[in-house]
Amino acid sequence: MTPQSQFTVVAPITAGGEAALRALLITMNSAPGVADPRNPLVPFGEFAQLHFARFVILNDPTLGDIEAYGVPRPDLPNYLALVGDCDGPAGACLAEMAQRAGAGLRRIFGHCEGFDGRVDLLAWMQAHDLPIAASYVNWVGRTVLQIKEESALQQLLSARMDRTPVASAAEARQRWRQMVDLVRNEIAARRLSLTSPEPTPLDWVIAKSANLLVSLLLSLLALPFLVILAPALLFQLRRQETRDPEICPRPDSDLLVELQSLEDHDVSNQYTAFGSAKPGAFRRGLITLVFAVIQFTARHIFMRGYLARIQTIHFARWVFVDDKRRVLFTSNYDGGHQAYMDDFINKAAWGLNVAFSSGVGWPHTDWLLLRGARREQYFKYYQRRHQLPTQVWYKAYPGLTLTDLDRNARIRQGLERELSDTEALAWLKLL
Amino acid sequence: MAQTVMSAHADVAGAGIELDDIQGLLRFGFKHHTEAVFLLLQVTDAAAARQWLGNVQVTSSVSVDPLPKTVLQVALTGAGMRALDVGADVVSGFSEEFLEGMAGDPNRARRLGDVGENAPDRWDWGSGARVPHVAVLLYALPGNLEAFQRSIEAQCAAGFELLYRLPTVNMGGVEPFGFTDGLSQPELDWQRMIPAADQEQLGYRSSSCLGEFILGYPNEYGLYTPRPLLDAQRDADGALPRAEDNPDNADVGRNGTYLVIRQLRQDVRGFWQAIDKYARGVPAERERLASLMVGRTLTGEPVVLGPGGGVDNAFTFESDPEGDRCPIGAHIRRANPRNADLPTGGIGIVSQLIRTLGLNSSARARDLAASTRFHRLLRRGREYGVRLTPAEALSAPPTQSGLQFICLNANIQRQFEFVQGAWLMGSKFNGLHEESDPLLGSRLPGAAGTRCDYFSMPQAAGPAQRLEGLRQFVTVSGGAYFFLPGIRALRFLVRVGASRSS
Ligand code: HEM
Repeated sequence: MTPQSQFTVVAPITAGGEAALRALLITMNSAPGVADPRNPLVPFGEFAQLHFARFVILNDPTLGDIEAYGVPRPDLPNYLALVGDCDGPAGACLAEMAQRAGAGLRRIFGHCEGFDGRVDLLAWMQAHDLPIAASYVNWVGRTVLQIKEESALQQLLSARMDRTPVASAAEARQRWRQMVDLVRNEIAARRLSLTSPEPTPLDWVIAKSANLLVSLLLSLLALPFLVILAPALLFQLRRQETRDPEICPRPDSDLLVELQSLEDHDVSNQYTAFGSAKPGAFRRGLITLVFAVIQFTARHIFMRGYLARIQTIHFARWVFVDDKRRVLFTSNYDGGHQAYMDDFINKAAWGLNVAFSSGVGWPHTDWLLLRGARREQYFKYYQRRHQLPTQVWYKAYPGLTLTDLDRNARIRQGLERELSDTEALAWLKLL
Repeated sequence: MAQTVMSAHADVAGAGIELDDIQGLLRFGFKHHTEAVFLLLQVTDAAAARQWLGNVQVTSSVSVDPLPKTVLQVALTGAGMRALDVGADVVSGFSEEFLEGMAGDPNRARRLGDVGENAPDRWDWGSGARVPHVAVLLYALPGNLEAFQRSIEAQCAAGFELLYRLPTVNMGGVEPFGFTDGLSQPELDWQRMIPAADQEQLGYRSSSCLGEFILGYPNEYGLYTPRPLLDAQRDADGALPRAEDNPDNADVGRNGTYLVIRQLRQDVRGFWQAIDKYARGVPAERERLASLMVGRTLTGEPVVLGPGGGVDNAFTFESDPEGDRCPIGAHIRRANPRNADLPTGGIGIVSQLIRTLGLNSSARARDLAASTRFHRLLRRGREYGVRLTPAEALSAPPTQSGLQFICLNANIQRQFEFVQGAWLMGSKFNGLHEESDPLLGSRLPGAAGTRCDYFSMPQAAGPAQRLEGLRQFVTVSGGAYFFLPGIRALRFLVRVGASRSS
């Protein structure tokens, strides 16, 4: 099994360089915001391990919101971010990109501070690859290759399937058997391939197990302290929750139109949000803890198709920027933006509150979990207002959603083992 | 249908509901008023237009006996408010989608499926210079429409130009394809029995908080949908109601709602010919396939209940999770999946917690589309054209028939646009693929050229049966978003315009 990893290369844009950078990025697209996989600058489609990627300019128009908390507006730069999700180590993917798209990447990063023609591109990108505070991968181990092969398999079987009802479960098994044979022949004739998964890297297994152990140990150790401190912490939380200003004005129409122009060109969409964390040591500690918990659950629990009740996110991440003063969130999700947000409000508002309520201006929460995102319209205004237009977005498998990937994987699994009569019937129904 | 007859309602509205301020369409379908026409107007003389709008008699939600012979309802678009010079301070308080309009933005068109044959630039009305300002909906008891319409059109001539007339015919509760329509509606909580609180609903209910359909009342989140609120000083003589959630403000939205009109042309002959081909000319099979596409038989029985289930509306799809009886993609299952906030499961708190955390795989499988209560529509459409039976449709020359689709909702984005975009047109709705709504789909290929012209009918014994190569049966030929104001708000809007212009 090949685990996935993520990279987030973030670098400040040179003074006066932003306009030229925008103009350059746009040349990579075939539709608004949608990367041409063969664009000459960074031909994303050539990198077989790359699931998603984006270039986005981090220019936060809400930077001044923090003044409502009695903190002066900070003077922080605008950044360019290259964000990607890939099979195998991020370093290897970056290395391949540096090697095969070096010229294009140099042109792009040439708009960033400290980048000149002489730097070692790969070393520079790795030096600017920010640590990820929390990351979510929908299905750990599902590779781009697997997705593409299984999609081809599904199309083949779906087209060749005899769709008349079966008289008995035994007949279902017979029909399944025919399909197994068909696939075998197609593979033999090299019209189809189903590559076996790579062995799981040992260091990954060890790191994951060690992380589980250490996390549990640390939690155990910390527990008594947390219990003792709980009243004080809860008091502090409530105090802040009742006083923190809520900043949820209706976003600008122009911003909405720009964001929407980049959406719904595929069955999946991208989301990039950027904002400041609430000031103070309490929030800084809380946000650090929250991301650690998210990271832990994503690593050990939510790694097989769902993040709590949300089943439409391919990849997501939270990254601290500017010494934890700001947070970058990016996700790749299925369906339209409206459905994405309604899904979140109706299925996991508590989770949104935990993850985001330390953001400046978040709708009022109670006890970290309640209200907040359930204040529907305030939340919707808030998240749109903090969303940034993603200039360039790449998805390796347009047209496919997570339910497709899941179904196709089950179809394949049903070919690779012996099925009982009833299992065979259930398998036929997948097609 | 009988439940929306005017006189069948006793005046049971709860405290604080001003039925006399709410336009009747929110409470009644005017089914006895079998004659109707919808006039789409553009303002040519703002003063004269305001004069007429300020005085015209608008039918309210109060039940009267005997029924009025004629009924008139009025709604305005954002463009209409601007033409009447209502003023940005008021107008900007309406929702984004209302202000942009149905055809105002290519991104919206993409979301709603208004592309290809449905593209706004092909519409007869509703886009570009043909955006209406005012819709005047006229209804009449049999025999009374003609004179009424003539008189209203004459009255309007001073201030308006008639942009378009949307005719209707009475098909007896059947839409042009031949299916009984108007069976399922959300029941508005006129008595305000549902507490105004944010509570997870563990079962599907067909009733809806008033605020889902009328502005100024709490919605299903227990909140008030944003709407124009004005400093009470702007309304010193108290012409407007005060906002329930903010008594210092005059509430322009209260007792009003958004009204969506879409003219949907139905290719009745093409529909039945296509199905006839799939059915190889066997009438019973033809009807079976068509029923599966809608999710109800021609006479209205939900197919999920099976033969003999009766014309019932108190059903869910709970007993048919895989769609073996009613396909997941059937029109009524897309338009209203009838589910609750959490997939059903054990009653214990632990089981509920496990489902809330997504840790139960059977619950997850049923959780792709959830919380229908936030996505309900109050439908008030009328048919136009010629009524044909399926057999007639097969041989008749093509007809110009269709639906003047109308729906009411307090939040266009979360209700109409969501149902239309994510549920009906969505090619991946609820785990499906390569298909959109069997009645409404445009069949245009999706991203990466994926096909969108199938309709899958799961069966218990084997792989789903599929209709392949569906054609487009319904084409949008016009549409707009309106605000259907409370009657006092209508007069107020007109007055604001007049005072600004004087
Ligand atoms: C020409 C186009 C259309 C036709 C022929 C059509 C036909 C029907 C029929 C026959 C029913 C079943 C009767 C009933 O439940 O009342 C129905 C239900 C429904 N339709 Fe449509 N419809 C059309 C367009 C639309 C559109 C554009 C929408 C929404 C955007 C929509 C939303 C609904 C809803 C919400 C229901 C009720 C579902 C339920 O609660 O069970 N329909 N339609």
